[in-house]
Amino acid sequence: MAASASSRSKAPKVAGPAEFTREQELHAYREMLLIRRFEEKAGQMYGMGLIGGFCHLYIGQEAVVVGMQMAAQEGDQIITGYRDHGHMLVCGMDPKGVMAELTGRRGGLSKGKGGSMHMFSKEKHFYGGHGIVGAQVSLGTGLAFANHYRGNKNVSMVYFGDGAANQGQVYESFNMAELWKLPAIYIIENNRYAMGTSVSRASAQSDFSKRGLSFNIPGEQVDGMDVRAVKAAGAKALAWCREGKGPYILEMQTYRYRGHSMSDPAKYRSKEEVQKMREEHDPIEQVRGRLLREKFATEDELKATDAKVRAIVAEAAEFATNDPEPDPSELWTDILL
Amino acid sequence: MAVNILMPALSPTMEQGKLAKWLKKVGDKVKSGDVLAEIETDKATMEVEAVDEGVLAAILVADGTENVAVNTPIAVITAEGESIDTVPAAAATKPAAHDGFGDKPVTVAKSTSDAPAAPIMTVPAAPEVPAGTPMVAMTVREALRDAMAEEMRADEDVFIMGEEVAEYQGAYKITQGLLQEFGARRVIDTPITEHGFAGIGVGAAMSGLKPIVEFMTFNFAMQAIDQIINSAAKTLYMSGGQMGCPIVFRGPNGAAARVGAQHSQDYAAWYSQIPGLKVVAPYTAADFKGLMKAAIRDPNPIIFLENEILYGRTFDVPKVDDFVVPIGKARIHRVGSDVTLVSWSIGMTYAIKAAEELAKEGIEAEIIDLRTIRPMDVDTIIASVQKTGRCVTVEEGWPQSGVGAEIAARVMERAFDWLDAPVARVTGKDVPMPYAANLEKLALPNVGEVIQAAKAVLYR
Repeated sequence: MAASASSRSKAPKVAGPAEFTREQELHAYREMLLIRRFEEKAGQMYGMGLIGGFCHLYIGQEAVVVGMQMAAQEGDQIITGYRDHGHMLVCGMDPKGVMAELTGRRGGLSKGKGGSMHMFSKEKHFYGGHGIVGAQVSLGTGLAFANHYRGNKNVSMVYFGDGAANQGQVYESFNMAELWKLPAIYIIENNRYAMGTSVSRASAQSDFSKRGLSFNIPGEQVDGMDVRAVKAAGAKALAWCREGKGPYILEMQTYRYRGHSMSDPAKYRSKEEVQKMREEHDPIEQVRGRLLREKFATEDELKATDAKVRAIVAEAAEFATNDPEPDPSELWTDILL
Repeated sequence: MAVNILMPALSPTMEQGKLAKWLKKVGDKVKSGDVLAEIETDKATMEVEAVDEGVLAAILVADGTENVAVNTPIAVITAEGESIDTVPAAAATKPAAHDGFGDKPVTVAKSTSDAPAAPIMTVPAAPEVPAGTPMVAMTVREALRDAMAEEMRADEDVFIMGEEVAEYQGAYKITQGLLQEFGARRVIDTPITEHGFAGIGVGAAMSGLKPIVEFMTFNFAMQAIDQIINSAAKTLYMSGGQMGCPIVFRGPNGAAARVGAQHSQDYAAWYSQIPGLKVVAPYTAADFKGLMKAAIRDPNPIIFLENEILYGRTFDVPKVDDFVVPIGKARIHRVGSDVTLVSWSIGMTYAIKAAEELAKEGIEAEIIDLRTIRPMDVDTIIASVQKTGRCVTVEEGWPQSGVGAEIAARVMERAFDWLDAPVARVTGKDVPMPYAANLEKLALPNVGEVIQAAKAVLYR
């Protein structure tokens, strides 16, 4: 843990991430804010009993998916674990459909049959939403296999956490991906805690960018709180994959502000640690600060963006609250084709 | 607009909790993400965060209050400069929600207490092979290879991957010649990494390819069973019908000979329990060929259970251009009137020999080759039992929660009044497979046990 904390606080900024244009900053701000507000609303609705079961919020990690998606091209696939709401929103999946899936309603993206951890969109190239830690790594490698088999130039972006990085199938997948030069980017979202277990208590090698070394997969650590750094690293990795050089590992050093899931007592870390990350490294505040400093936007313009985002989230929440539950006949559909 | 902060639930089962501590006081400015208060249950402590910006205008439930019901308003936030008077008076006493929308009643469709009945699955009847159709004698091994080769010729999206399927020509020579015909792009040797390549196969299938994943034996597929069940079988349902998984998992299943407990398990019952899978376990070479072709074309995940001892057996296979056998349809292997023997895969060898012996004693057994374990062709079993009034199941798998147990339950449910005796099961013994030749023989079913069971249900 100490290692990754100090490397972040030193803020290596080797070459400094490429600056964003005004449009890029505004885009990143809006996308990250949509995830933040959506997740806050989801947390609130969970508290009201409208969302059941497990609900894993992405608050704090927004820069990772937003930066990667800014680097990606149409056709690149995304697959992730159960902390998946941000990934779906950034793919362009309908916030109403996502929220209605969280509340288990018929207008949910999986007709209310999947829940928070299980949504998909072939049209948006989003392959889930998987509840078994690490399973998405082999599945995402399969998506890369399909790209390679078809000879297209798409890349599979495989997201998983520091916890999943200790599962055996991750390394089985790394081996085959490099052996067959599959176009997969393994994006390890290191938010420092696998549920309540810190990286230092779970990982013999806590530099996750090195986890592909014995397979000759290149990797690098990225400041996952800086959307510009994420996009720059993502662009490099995507180019590597598109050139047919095989897989690439990006360790995104990030942080989740909320608990592992909604019922997390958060006894494993101090409030000061969380507060420090929020105050000093918040991915949205960083962009907001630059927008104002560079005079890319005024306070009023940003307030207008906030209001628009809030309206989208409020509409999603209203839909998800009032949409009916699935028809009982749905119990028996979609088992086989 | 003033909004109420409600007592949140920490889990779906929480009904009330303690408001442990307010971290903000009346008059404080708050913004989204600020921690307002801490609440506790016997299990956990959680922070209540503000979702909206404004001023904490009122605290409705004091520090230290126990047993606060979920969704009780605990505080009011107003916009800056707004008076608390704008909060509807009733809002402070009845549960309401933020942003106005929550004032509407939560519309949860009233579910019926009873689940609706399962739909009836219809499977097209197996095509009759017309009399006079030329037959060619071939082994199960050749039939499987031909089926895969024909489908690979017909569909570029079909490929096969697994350990030793290419250069080695298959650990059991099932993929013989495929590498030479289709090349290394479509006949892929994997490392010894079942969990990994099963997941890669499922991912490729989700993107629309049609993988055939060979397990050197199904015993090794236990390493991969999470991907088979949690990813391949359940994703269609969890995605509301969007994300299919057209994949065939195949390989030898069950006991071979003298390979010990870890290499001798029958998985038919395991996989047959899973909604979202189809499970096939043929006996004849014709069925191996026709069902393998059907499995490759099927848009669902298929578990195709083969048997090492059957690989070398020779049967007549119809010599027709495109011989496909529908999944989910049993075959009446022998017509009889006295007792119904239900079996599949290698179990058929015991049933057939037993029927021959029984015939010598004037007992005519009807043999049903189930061919598909899931979806099970129960209609064919019931029709036979309604004729014979007696039923014996024959399998190499273990008795508890076995396929025979399932058949017995179905027959009891649907043909109880036709039964003249309880259903009898012949199964492998309830022990890990021993290595010693004599013990292994004892652990497996045998023809004598089938004859004995048939006579028992006939009271002879």
